[in-house]
Amino acid sequence: MSRLLILPVLILLWQLAAWAAGGQSYILPEPMLVAEAWINRYDVILPNAGVTALEILLGLGLGALLGVSTALCMAAAPSLRRWMLPVLVASQAVPVFALAPILVLWLGYGMASKVAMAVIVIYFPVTAAFMDGLRRTDPGWLELARCMNAPRAALLLRIRLPAALPALASGLRVATAVAPIGAVIGEWVGSSAGLGYLMLQANARMQIPLMFAALITLAVFSVGLYLAVDHALRRLLPWQSDALSSYDQN
Amino acid sequence: MTIAPAVTVHAARLTYGGQALFDDLDFTLEAERCTCLLGTSGVGKSSLLRLIAGLLPDADSRIASDDGLPLSLRTAFMAQQDLLLPWLNVLDNVLLGYRLRGETPPQEQAIALLERLGLADRLKDRPAQLSGGMRQRVALARTLIEDRPLILMDEPFSALDAVTRFRLQELAAELLQGRTVLLVTHDPLEALRLGHRIHVMTGRPARLSDALEPTGETPRDLSDPELLRLQGELLKRLAAEEMA
Repeated sequence: MSRLLILPVLILLWQLAAWAAGGQSYILPEPMLVAEAWINRYDVILPNAGVTALEILLGLGLGALLGVSTALCMAAAPSLRRWMLPVLVASQAVPVFALAPILVLWLGYGMASKVAMAVIVIYFPVTAAFMDGLRRTDPGWLELARCMNAPRAALLLRIRLPAALPALASGLRVATAVAPIGAVIGEWVGSSAGLGYLMLQANARMQIPLMFAALITLAVFSVGLYLAVDHALRRLLPWQSDALSSYDQN
Repeated sequence: MTIAPAVTVHAARLTYGGQALFDDLDFTLEAERCTCLLGTSGVGKSSLLRLIAGLLPDADSRIASDDGLPLSLRTAFMAQQDLLLPWLNVLDNVLLGYRLRGETPPQEQAIALLERLGLADRLKDRPAQLSGGMRQRVALARTLIEDRPLILMDEPFSALDAVTRFRLQELAAELLQGRTVLLVTHDPLEALRLGHRIHVMTGRPARLSDALEPTGETPRDLSDPELLRLQGELLKRLAAEEMA
């Protein structure tokens, strides 16, 4: 728990920066002002945070599902890989900012366009990481399985897939960290709810403390989500060697 | 288990990086005997084993068994690395072949075998919880439970400490009785303990020496002066090859 000490340190730095900025709350509000804004406006912040959280979680779930299926299909049918790879790279290379207005146009101001944004943002890291894992199976295991006359499907599902789970876990960690970006960019471009929407509104009305309160809510949620996913992945893959963490504990 | 066949390799040829590792090589595994292939690293002995295992589709050769039946369903393979799957426990690792083929696993038999190998209380452990010697014993159990008449072993005990190796050789000699075994090793003493027939593999392209057939039952006694004399002789032969 000692790592929670980072919080008062960050708040102190923030306070110092606010003083250095001349105490103008419309440039950088002091921590107390933001806390005040949060307490006064939590009835606005929390429902909007709920909307953003749902967008992120749905995007994460759907994106992971899509990424896992894509990687599995590509591993099962190598000829498919040639066709899918350009699509995969394009999904990452086209800036999400450029896609956001189109998605809002197609899917509307509601949640669907934001979920789609989050899906696009996380699809690549999940697919690429899992694909990489599936391609890097220990050749010794494959030879052993071949000598055991394993059918192709069993080779994929019982050896290559479980062996690739640690790589998939890395992809999911990255995805969890970047999923909020997709959702919030979607909200910025056009929305009627969510933390991104709230920040935009507060910014336009010069309610900078409220904007910061929304921003911090988003940050706290994102960090919490990351820690939860990381914890769950460690619990689910207890056999995954984690040399660094056991080294740290010793 | 079906009766163990003899296996002949005829005119084996394998090139690696434009150079012939071996060419026109003939080799026989006598039925129900342990044949050892002794050589320094990189001479091609593992490649020859993998060729027999069917793991080198590019190599040229005619491999046949004396009963004329195909070998691919009758071969079990054990490597220097234990190749245990870290996400499966000991028992499931031993039964891997049956799980992969979707056959009913011989659970009882596997447990009995693991008991014999001194692992009765580790059935539910994951490989990471075992020592190197234990892991290699699990790999040996996985090889034996396949119940195949032809067993190919590629330096299975090389990564172990001397005492563990000694005890595993003992167990292996006992459990491999009645099967046709190819054991690839760089350790003359291991070959002399376990081998009914020992070939030394040297040169490039590699050639095989005539079979050396030490007397006595395997595993042979290490304090036998004749065995130690042969060890010295084999070591000298390998060392001379290394210098050449």
